[in-house]
Amino acid sequence: MRPDDDVGIIGYGVYVPVYRIRTAEIARVWGKLNDDLPVEEKAVAGPDEDAVTIAIEAARYAIRRAGIRPDEIGAVYVGTESKPYAVKPCSTIVAEAIGATPNVLAADYEFACKAGTEAFQASIGLVASGMVEYAMAIGVDTAQGRPADALEYTAGSGGGAFIFAKKSHETIAYVEGSYSFVTDTPDFWRRDGDRYPYHMGRFTGEPAYFRHTVMAAKSLMAELGLRPSDFDYAVFHQPNCKFPLKAARYLGIPEEKVKPGLVCSMIGNTYSGSSMIGLAAVLDVAKPGDRILLVSYGSGAGSDAFSFVVQDAIEEKRDRAPKVSAFLSRRKEIDYSMYAKFRNKILM
Amino acid sequence: MVTSAYWRTRLHRYRLVGNRCAVCGKAFFPPRLVCSYCGSTKLEECKLPERGRLVEYTVVYSAPKGYDVVVPYVVGIVELENGVRVVAQITDVDVNEVKEGMEVELTIRKLPEQLEGGMICYTYKFRPVIG
Repeated sequence: MRPDDDVGIIGYGVYVPVYRIRTAEIARVWGKLNDDLPVEEKAVAGPDEDAVTIAIEAARYAIRRAGIRPDEIGAVYVGTESKPYAVKPCSTIVAEAIGATPNVLAADYEFACKAGTEAFQASIGLVASGMVEYAMAIGVDTAQGRPADALEYTAGSGGGAFIFAKKSHETIAYVEGSYSFVTDTPDFWRRDGDRYPYHMGRFTGEPAYFRHTVMAAKSLMAELGLRPSDFDYAVFHQPNCKFPLKAARYLGIPEEKVKPGLVCSMIGNTYSGSSMIGLAAVLDVAKPGDRILLVSYGSGAGSDAFSFVVQDAIEEKRDRAPKVSAFLSRRKEIDYSMYAKFRNKILM
Repeated sequence: MVTSAYWRTRLHRYRLVGNRCAVCGKAFFPPRLVCSYCGSTKLEECKLPERGRLVEYTVVYSAPKGYDVVVPYVVGIVELENGVRVVAQITDVDVNEVKEGMEVELTIRKLPEQLEGGMICYTYKFRPVIG
């Protein structure tokens, strides 16, 4: 998909909670061997944090980098599967907190781990059509894994916010094109009222993550007439450290182009925030002219692929707010008992 | 918290909006109806700075209902860059690392949920400066 008018990112921000639990600590509690853990540690939302508070933090940093007034933002979309309310939007609270209300579109998106990039697509369309001048897309989660389940080792907390506008000298990276690849695939779900999700092991890898990620990336490249070697960086959804590297191998993209955006070993899988924090980590280090491939993945299932080309404004804007590296080095380690208390796993 | 009271104060809570006396220029948080310096009732809404310095603090061990999961926690007086002092919780810190004079910045966090099925309240807190 290519918008008629060029659209790009003019501001971005991320937020990752300060608390970390090492996966070796989770393995200790459940008596598992810790020789093949999917990530080193994961970020844990504190007792006063949720998807809304993380989204507000990321959004405020994105506005700071964009250098716009919040009341100029015409749309605020929050993509998450960790909604604090079953019915009441996160986006209205976020829009009010950042000062975008009341003349603003606001809605929540849900598509497992790709809700944030789904909001990218909507934002790009709204901006390109001229319906709004600025649109903000946020991907955020405080993911929960059932105690002792494989997902408990990776389900983390964090989020990213991106502001889109028509291409100008303010653009950090413009969108060359996007592609969405979606099927009905039962790899992961959570029923209404259930606290923890279920996952179907045999569907998780090849028919779900890899098929959708690779097909979206290949179709995007075919549509834009690009080859894997045309990209300087590649960012994929990061449910663990192995999947993004394997997807890159399928696409013929070398590891060194993936590693700058690979943050899951330090913060875990931040679900809707995952590929967006990865994109921010790449923007933190990219040079003008670099081309970035971004491919999200959401269970259920689908992938959104984007090609971004970095512009000169990145050099001046990236230092206006904390970089991803600042959040990776800011950490307070907690043990399983504090984690259980923070994440409301102890019945009172 | 009563839903209507929370709704009425949401801009103060979410954006640290206070007010300023149109006569003598003093700023207040939370907003006041009457200037406590010159007695004027002409006060205008104003956005306050988001950074400040922790002037004084206490550690709460005996907490009200609902706050038991966050005990012990820190409540302090933060002097903002324009001199206005705000009483707020200091979050993301261990009680043994809090120091008077530490640089802090605004963050929006949730208050403990006091009623099952009740509204979730978000409000201003301060945390150590990031980056």
